[in-house]
Amino acid sequence: MKVITAVERYTELKTKAQEKVNSLQDKPLVRIGTATCGLAAGALQVKETFEEEIKNKGLDVRIQEVGCMGHCYAEPLAIISKPGFPSFCYGKVDEGLAKLLVDSFLENDDPCYEYAMVALEPNDIFPTFTDFPRDAYEKKIILEHCGFIDPGDIEHYIAHEGYAALAKALEEMKPEEIISEMTASGLRGRGGAGFPVGKKWSLCKDTPDEVKYIICNADEGDPGAFMDRNVLESNPHQVIEGMLISAYTVGAEKGYIYIRNEYPLAIQRIETALEQAREIGLLGDSIFGSPFNFDLEIFEGSGAFVCGEESALVSSMEGKMGIPQARPPYMAVSGFRGRPTVLNNVKTFAYVPTIIRKGADYFKSVGTSDSSGTAVFTLVGKVANTGLVEVPMGTTLRQLIFDIGEGIPAEKEFKAVQIGGPSGGCLPETKLDIPIDFDSLAEAGAIMGSGGLVVLDEDDCMVAIARYFLEFTQQESCGKCTFCRLGTKHMLDILTRITQGKGEMADLEILQELAEDIKMGSLCNLGKTAPNPILTTLRYFRDEYEAHILEGRCPACMCKDLILYYIVPEKCSKLCNVCVGSCPVEAIYTREDGLKAIDQEKCVKCDNCLKTCPPEHDAVIKLSPPVLPED
Amino acid sequence: MGKKITLTIDDRQVTAFEGEKLLWVALENDIYIPHLCAIKEEERPSASCRLCFVEVEGFSHPVTACTQEVYAGMIVKTRSPRVDRLVKSAFELLLSDHRLECAKCPKNRSCELQKIAKERKLKLRLTRLKPLEKEYAIDESMGSFVFDPSRCVLCGRCVYVDHQEVEVGAIGFTHRGLQRKVTTFGGGLLADSPCTGCGRCVEVCPVGALFFTDKAG
Repeated sequence: MKVITAVERYTELKTKAQEKVNSLQDKPLVRIGTATCGLAAGALQVKETFEEEIKNKGLDVRIQEVGCMGHCYAEPLAIISKPGFPSFCYGKVDEGLAKLLVDSFLENDDPCYEYAMVALEPNDIFPTFTDFPRDAYEKKIILEHCGFIDPGDIEHYIAHEGYAALAKALEEMKPEEIISEMTASGLRGRGGAGFPVGKKWSLCKDTPDEVKYIICNADEGDPGAFMDRNVLESNPHQVIEGMLISAYTVGAEKGYIYIRNEYPLAIQRIETALEQAREIGLLGDSIFGSPFNFDLEIFEGSGAFVCGEESALVSSMEGKMGIPQARPPYMAVSGFRGRPTVLNNVKTFAYVPTIIRKGADYFKSVGTSDSSGTAVFTLVGKVANTGLVEVPMGTTLRQLIFDIGEGIPAEKEFKAVQIGGPSGGCLPETKLDIPIDFDSLAEAGAIMGSGGLVVLDEDDCMVAIARYFLEFTQQESCGKCTFCRLGTKHMLDILTRITQGKGEMADLEILQELAEDIKMGSLCNLGKTAPNPILTTLRYFRDEYEAHILEGRCPACMCKDLILYYIVPEKCSKLCNVCVGSCPVEAIYTREDGLKAIDQEKCVKCDNCLKTCPPEHDAVIKLSPPVLPED
Repeated sequence: MGKKITLTIDDRQVTAFEGEKLLWVALENDIYIPHLCAIKEEERPSASCRLCFVEVEGFSHPVTACTQEVYAGMIVKTRSPRVDRLVKSAFELLLSDHRLECAKCPKNRSCELQKIAKERKLKLRLTRLKPLEKEYAIDESMGSFVFDPSRCVLCGRCVYVDHQEVEVGAIGFTHRGLQRKVTTFGGGLLADSPCTGCGRCVEVCPVGALFFTDKAG
């Protein structure tokens, strides 16, 4: 009897999936980005409008939900594919535009070029993504299909080579060969620390035990970071396939996706993905007819930031307090329930299928020698194009912020970039030309972290920013070890005093010493990295600390205790009353000469008057130190 | 137990069994390393007090002796500028969260903090930091002993004996971050908890957080 191989089984699945996906092209298709970023911008209402209008007009059009393609600044996004036209993508779609598009494009043949953002396929009439400045720098490996395929349908993934790597691994590769491939690829863990994946898997594989586990860390918690969420919402099967390959390699039969319960949509999409994978035999017993069994479960975290630390994560899964433990033993030797465990980040698993399918050499050809492949960043803060970007390692911060992100909005000056989340560092303009890779960033005092990148401009006070991030880590400290529990609190108190103008120069020395000791002495990486925002701001922006302490001045006019609001009489107009109405505490009064002034006793520094003063007057200013000009 | 090996601590050759933790090897050979949270019987040390730092030759940075296994030919220094600095900072951090009234404390002269200060010539007062406000109610409900959480250094020795030795389960660590503390389940009085009054937790407390009311008892 002929044995059906894994690859043959896969080919059958793929043929069927491709037929289905191709058949979608026979009539017009509207794809709407409904990852969390899209939903927040109103994608559901847009979808409803499309549905309603299409129904009213009796058109035969398919509507499909897709994930996020990374252009979060332009959400809600809709892609319309109509036979005879290239696919057009429209940004900032609202109900009005949705109606117009149904009217003009779907019912008639006018693609409304004035509203189109980009065409997807090469054509003679309209620019495509390759014409975007960011395309020159972007290289999509894990984001390739995000935003274009339906994350709720496994066949969309299969039609795009999905699960081909698993079939190949099961049929053609021994676990040792997969490990050599992973090692040769140079893939380093994308959770932040950059530990070589081949080494981790090999350690787990070589630890003898009947039961082993695979855990995907999706407990993404950095403020301003959302790439793991988007990957899971936009292409969950990619991560599942990576976990399957990892399980086959180390000999595990059970896996968990540890995801924070604040990500309901991602959880829902993973649930659907797991169900569909089980239905066609990609999870469960004898996968692809091989002797390999594996199943996956979701474990919902309860929102403690420290549970992103692997030993705390595992503790919380075991029903204990989410508190880190001293290592060794390492996870790969003794992890979940004391068994050998591979614990990797969402993105790390997401790279695995591509590496197995295209080979280590392909992955190694992207990026730098010590950090191969791409880096996925969420670009947020004071940058024109916020969103999700994937660039080869070695791209500079300047390219990322100014070419891909298109710089700082509102003609403001760039001041710093906070990279690596609250555990990362703030790098100044002079460090913008360093290449993004694990080691260069560490050298500059920041970390790759999970890939959050917050751009700061001239209006951001670096002391207040350091304080903001430290407040986050201080509140998220589990409290187990002395340095983190008490050290972060003392640093926070010192920073608070400085932002209130009550700091002393000696505080800076204490701050520096404490930060260095906490970095060296803490038990886990939350504590070890918590001082980074302070160490980098002290290193690169010491002048701002000194201005607060010596002059009682906040250079960015951000620290409320060090500023006052003032209406410049020369600019104020007697004919205008806007600021008076905007003041919530009636601090603004009309002087005898008809001009406005602020009662400093009453003022709560809410910023309303400055925002509402019409640009033709622009009469409200902030003064720091808070001293009124003499008449 | 592993095989017998020789290592060097502060230029002294000592013998130990492979796999033993460095802290206990040093202490058994009368080489003092400050420590509060370490429990010899505990399989996985909590390593939370961060006081037992030492330098091991070939390691890039100081390590905690309670977690570090000894090996043949290991060369250890219990003191170095880096170690001293870490211990000084960790010690001052602990003091900043500890009600410092030694004269009124029943553990005066038998307190581990005082011992560490004496051994390492550290000051028993705050030099760089301001004290953190911590006002917890004192639990006198047991009668035979008192629990004063504002002196607690969160070493966990009491929790260990309560759980692992006498297996009562009256107390445990609760809350997170700066609020982390040792309490009964639900935070009520010891007298309303399963506590049997055996006093083992009081015996192991290194500071004056748990103390017998009658010193003779």
